[in-house]
Formats: sequence, C-alpha cells, structure tokens
Amino acid sequence: MDNIKPIKHLFTRAAFGMRFEDISDEKHLTTKAAVKQLFKTSDNSDPIDIIQDATDYTMLMKGDIGAKKMFLQEQRQQEKDLNLAWIDKMSKTDAQLREKMTLFWHNHFACRSNRASFAQQLNNIQRSNALGNFRTMVMEVSKSPAMLQFLNNQQNQKGHPNENFARELMELFTIGRGNYTEHDVKESARAFTGWSFNKDGEFKMRPFVHDDGQKTFMGKTGNFQGEDIINTLLERKETAYFISNKLYKYLVNETPDPAHVSAMADVFYNANYEIKTLLEYVFTADWFYDDKNTGNLIKSPVELLVGLNRQFYITYQKPEVLLLFERALGQVLFYPPNVAGWPGGRNWIDSSSLMYRIKIPSTLLNGGVIDFTGKADPEDEAYIATLHNQQQAVATKVQAQPDWDKFLNSIPKDASKMAIAQFMLAPKLNNTLINTVTQATDVKQMVIELVSTPEYQLC
Amino acid sequence: MKRRSFLKSSAIVSGAFMMPAFLKPLEAMAMSELSGYKNLVIIQLSGGNDGLNTIIPYGNDIYYQKRNTIAINKTDIVTLNDMQGLNPNLSALKEIYDQGWMNIINSVGYPNPDRSHFRSMDIWQTGSDANQFLTTGWIGRYLDSNCQNSYSAIEVDDTLSLAMKGAKMKGIAVQDPNKLYQTTREPFFKDLVHDHNNVDLNEDNLGYLYKTMIETYSSADYIQNTSKTYKVTADYPATPFANQLKTVSKFINSGLKTRVYYVSLSGFDTHVGQQNQQGRQLKIYGDGVAAFIKDLKQSGKLDDTLVMTFSEFGRRVEQNASNGTDHGTANNILIYGGKLTKPGIYNEAPDLATLDNGDLKYQVDFRDVYATLLDKWLNVNNSQILTRNFAGLNFV
Repeated sequence: MDNIKPIKHLFTRAAFGMRFEDISDEKHLTTKAAVKQLFKTSDNSDPIDIIQDATDYTMLMKGDIGAKKMFLQEQRQQEKDLNLAWIDKMSKTDAQLREKMTLFWHNHFACRSNRASFAQQLNNIQRSNALGNFRTMVMEVSKSPAMLQFLNNQQNQKGHPNENFARELMELFTIGRGNYTEHDVKESARAFTGWSFNKDGEFKMRPFVHDDGQKTFMGKTGNFQGEDIINTLLERKETAYFISNKLYKYLVNETPDPAHVSAMADVFYNANYEIKTLLEYVFTADWFYDDKNTGNLIKSPVELLVGLNRQFYITYQKPEVLLLFERALGQVLFYPPNVAGWPGGRNWIDSSSLMYRIKIPSTLLNGGVIDFTGKADPEDEAYIATLHNQQQAVATKVQAQPDWDKFLNSIPKDASKMAIAQFMLAPKLNNTLINTVTQATDVKQMVIELVSTPEYQLC
Repeated sequence: MKRRSFLKSSAIVSGAFMMPAFLKPLEAMAMSELSGYKNLVIIQLSGGNDGLNTIIPYGNDIYYQKRNTIAINKTDIVTLNDMQGLNPNLSALKEIYDQGWMNIINSVGYPNPDRSHFRSMDIWQTGSDANQFLTTGWIGRYLDSNCQNSYSAIEVDDTLSLAMKGAKMKGIAVQDPNKLYQTTREPFFKDLVHDHNNVDLNEDNLGYLYKTMIETYSSADYIQNTSKTYKVTADYPATPFANQLKTVSKFINSGLKTRVYYVSLSGFDTHVGQQNQQGRQLKIYGDGVAAFIKDLKQSGKLDDTLVMTFSEFGRRVEQNASNGTDHGTANNILIYGGKLTKPGIYNEAPDLATLDNGDLKYQVDFRDVYATLLDKWLNVNNSQILTRNFAGLNFV
C-alpha cells in the first residue's frame, strides 16, 4: 500500500474513489496503466432505459381533474425512477470514468425537463459522448427536445426570435462571456429559428418558421443555419479554453493555473475537440499529481453518496432514501438550480448541509451510531446510550445494507490501521484523527469515524 | 417529493434527539439592551401565489370577466378600499390592516420576466437581472458585507435557501434549536471541533470545512441557550407554518442578535381547482401572520420588526380551462410592521387592461423593495449588496 497515493488520487478524480479491492488489481500498478484501464472499462456506453414513454400527453389537455392528477403522479414517479436509476448505475458500473464525465456534462449542459423521457434522452446523449467528441455532443444536445424546450427554442420563430438558447449556447455551453456581442446573440438566434421537435420527441427543423435571410455572426455574413453557428463557435480557440478551464476546476483544482489550462486548450483544440485526448493529457500530466492538487476538492453530494455506496457495497431496500439525502445536501439529479448548473465547491457547504454530510455516513452504515473511541464525559455517555436505543429504528427506516464482510475482507492483510485510515481519506490525518486511529480497537468502528469527518468531504 | 414527507423523513438523518441536555441557563438580556435591534422577517410563498385572488381588484370589471369560475364573489371579499379587498381566507389580516401595520405594494416584478418557478425564484433570491446568473443570495451578500456570525440570518427550515448564502458568510438553517443543538452533541464531532479550536485554520477547503463546523457549533450553542430563555405564550394556529413563525417570535423576543429570519410556505402552484387549494394555503398564511404580528405587538417588538412576503411570480390574469391559473409575472408584495410610514395600499391597483401578452406589467422593481429594506431598515447602502444602486420606496 506504499506507492498507492497517485493511483488513489487518479481514482478519486477520474472515478468515484478507489476501493481496497482495486489495490490488488495488477492493472493498477502504474498510473499510466491505471489510466489506460479506466478508459478501457469505460469503452462501452450503456444507456439508461428505465423510462418507456407511453404517456399520452393529449390526456393532459383533454382529461378531467382525476386524469390530470394521475398523470402528474406518474410524472413524479418517472422523475424518481430516472434519478435512482442513474445513482444506481454510478454506484455499480465499471465504466466509472464515463459516468464521472456524464455527471460533468450533466452540469455543463444543465437542463430541467418535466418529461422524464426527454431528460433520460439528454442524459444518454451526455453519456454516449462523455469521452467522445465535444462538437458532436453540442450538436446533439442542441437538437434534443429537453434542451429545445428548456431554453424556449420552440418559441424561436422567424419574425419574433427567442434568444434564450442562442445566448446560453455562447455564455455557458461554448465560448463564455466576453467573447461575443449582443449582436451575435440576436443574429445567431435567427439561425436557430425553426429548430424544434415533434410530439414523439424527435428533432424537426420547421422551414416555415425558419429565417433563411442573411445573418452576420462574428464577422462573417451568410445564410447561416444553427450548425454553422456551432461550428463557428468551435473554430474559436476561446471555446477550447472555456471548456478546459471548467474541466480543470472539476478534475484538478478550483483555482485554475492559466499555464496548465492553456496547455489543455491547445491539446483539445488540436485534437478537434476529442474529449478522450484531453482527459488522457490531464491524467498523465505531472501537475495532476502535485500535492497542491490533491485532497482539496469538495465532493459534490452525488460524489459523496456514490462514493459511500461503492466503498461499502451498499444495497437499498428503499432507494428513495437517497432522494432525501440528495435534497438535504442540495443536489437533486436532473434538477440543477438553473441553466448555469450547480456552482459547486464551497457552495455545497453551509451549517446544515455540513452537519448532514458528516451524519449521513453513519446513518447508512450503522443506524446513525458513531462509536466513540475517545474519552466520553457523562453527558456523552447519555447521548451515546440514546443513539444506541434508536439505532434499530433508524436502520429500519433507512433500510440500507452495507456489505461489511466484503469490505473488511478486501483490506490487504498487512495493512496497518494507520495505512487503512490514510487510504480512506484524501487529506493528511490531523492529530485528532491520529489519536482516533491509535485508540481504535475495531476497524469497522474506526472506519465509521473516519467517514464522519470534514476530511471525508474532500477528494 | 412532497415537502411534508421530506421534513418528516429528514429527522432520520439527524437521528432523533430526545435526551434532555445538561445546560447552564443564561440570563435573558435586559430589555433595554434589546429594544431598537431591528429584525427583518422574510416569508416566501412558493409555487407562484396568485396575487389577483389574494388582494382582489374587485372594483375592476375585467377581473370578473377574465375569471368567470374562479373569481371571488364581491359579497365574500373583505374590502380594503373601493378597488381592492382581501380574499376571505385572509380575514384575520383585516385587523392588522386596520391597525396600520400592513402595506400592500402592487405590481412588483422585473424586466423580461421568467415564468419558470425555479428560475424566477432564483432571480428573486439572488436579486439578479433576468439574464444574469448569480451564485450568492441577496441576504447572503448582506451577511458578507455586514455580519460576523452565521446566526445573523436564520432560516427556520431544515435546509438553507440560496437567498441566505453569501460568498464568505452563510446564514444558518434552524428548524428546531434544540434539535440542532443536540446534533452538535455527538461526542465524536465535539472532539473534532474541540481539538481544532486552537490550531491555525488554513484558507484551504479543509480549513473552510472546519471553520464552518466550529461556527455551526457556536451558533447552535448560542441560539439554543439564548432562545430557551423565552417562552412564547401567545396563541398560534396549529399549522407547521404558524409554528415556524412562533419559533421566529421566540428568537426575536429572547434577544437573539439576528437581523434576518426566513420562512417559507409552499403549495401555491394552482393550475387546477385553484379556489380550494389557494384558499387553504391563504388561510394558513393569514391566520399565522396575524397571530405573529399580534404576538410581536404584545411583546413590544413590532416596532423593531418588518415582515415582507413575496412569491416568485403572480399568475396570468385570465384563468385557464381547469379552474386554475397558469404562471404569470408581476405580483403584490405584502409588508407588515409597527413603523410603516404609509400603511395601507401603497400604490395603484394592477392595471388589468394594459397587459403584456396576457400578463400584468410590473410597475415596481422588486429590487427597489429590497433597496428600501437595506437602506432604511438594515442601514446598509443597497448598492453594496445589489447589482447596482436602486432608488427604493418610502414605506419605512
């Protein structure tokens, strides 16, 4: 377990964390081999297909109150099903890198849709292109019914354009603020007039409402179509920089190093926006493994929950409990706060979310009990007794089943308590934690303590 | 997920904490020390409350033409003047209104309104323009510039709204002060916090997490030990919303040094069968607020308190085919307090004849309301907090 640090770092950033069982895998002997293996296991894209949309939406218009109520209930159920299906996929898949990047694109092309089938389709676009070509992904996202609906392109028609999609395409999806003018927004909106979808959710270009006049966009004039606008945006290197910068914040450090980001942008641009090429560059760069880039990112709530599920092989009899946690922690999948996505970083943390974050692991793993190894004063004793009394009730409510045998058996036999502790946490152990480890008599209890810390919030 | 079931289930996250705490009671602060400490209470009505069936423009025939099945009968309306009156479910507020403790500001909104719940709520909570995405809330930015403690802004809820989050400072969510306090009694957590008290906390993310944790501990301690010195004796209706206001009353009256309180009531997205649904929610709202205002009057705190109620948007002027209303734009804001300079109806009733594609045109920017609260109540220049300087209004 001595030279595990860089590979563990790779797993926390490119995947949802390293497990003890991954240590023995000889394919993880060097970071280079491990990077190769991460891509290999993510080769195939396996879509989510839990939502079979047979809903008759005309019922919503014609139906009586009872029919509408049933419709809304079904809609809510589908949203839940989709959310839980993705959490389950992230928690169990071998294609971790693909899911980790799907989560990135989910937040980059942030979208809400009240039709779960649309949301699922967009999610699958983000998944199938997660490691593919960014240009292809922008095209597909821009033609997806979820995004067309979300950014009002259905209302974008010749003569009275709706600029919402054109603006966000530039501001948030490709080139970023400061690199386009209001005039560019107006003209490009005209190019996207008529982009819409039919009742089956298929993309349709409606020529009757499309403005096929001359448009002047970023210095060029022509009868541009939407595709031309996207291509023009990707010809600009600022787009490669904008995406690289955002990806750097997701994978490396919240404070971007301009030199590293510029190098990424060069690689990305020269590779004609192949995402895999860019990621390989990042994961094999020396600076990716620098101390200042390790153990300093705040896990998103979904990364925290999925990481626990994977590390402890948790199964749920009542997976809906995960929705409660997502909500309490401020990240409900498919419900980003707005088209700019979740702001991330320290925005995840406030008094209440932090208290939930350090309490949720023991709630999932041990009915809410953190066995305390330090010296307890009388007040503590009473408190601990109360928790033990409630342990069964909490466990019954949560109905989560960690596989402790599998977890404990996967720990290398020669691993010291201190090595186990350092493996579980990304930052260095402070004195309190070192004491905790030293006093621990039981590995399971110690591990529950370790995952109930501020340190465990970092990756 | 239904909010109610979430609240119930979220108790399992924190465990349940029934054990009586061993606490050293603090003396209540002397009354003299407390008077003059101004509070702002924000009440958010989530879902887009239909302002036209809340403060009803019954004097305008267009109202009855556009809403033939969901208009409130003239005889049922609690009239305020010859144009506007209260929904009968708000009858408890009539006394508050007559005492001069209530302001109605009509037609509040913003340019290029967004009809999406969450986007418009975002705009209201951050104080942004319609095409601007801010990651901090307007109260959060007030905390950043003026406050040292997270308890300076308390949301009576389990989770914290964006409105309460600043870049450096964030408010604190406290549904039940005792429960929060008990959560912080976890021996292992106490150990972590205690051992970190004297070490140099870095500016990095780990330092930030520990600082937040330490701040949570001291706030939980302060809120619990201060608020338990006061017992609310006034009668409140038995609703979760009224209970939240009762908690705010306890906080205010116990002398908590908190500037802003935040409370929400949801269930206002009335696309279908509006009359019953909205009526139920308005009754919960009106009865709760009336009890709260009378309680504060009784305890001598009404002059130091200002209450503002808003919703993310109003609804369309014309009803839909399902006896409901769809998402609209401008809406009324309701203000309560003991020191209103111009109580009653502040400005003209909404113009139902000149519409923007079927929606009300806003007359007052909501940020002019915020600016008034910041400049004249919280004593901070609004241009420091909002995206630019707003002229403000004259209700205080």
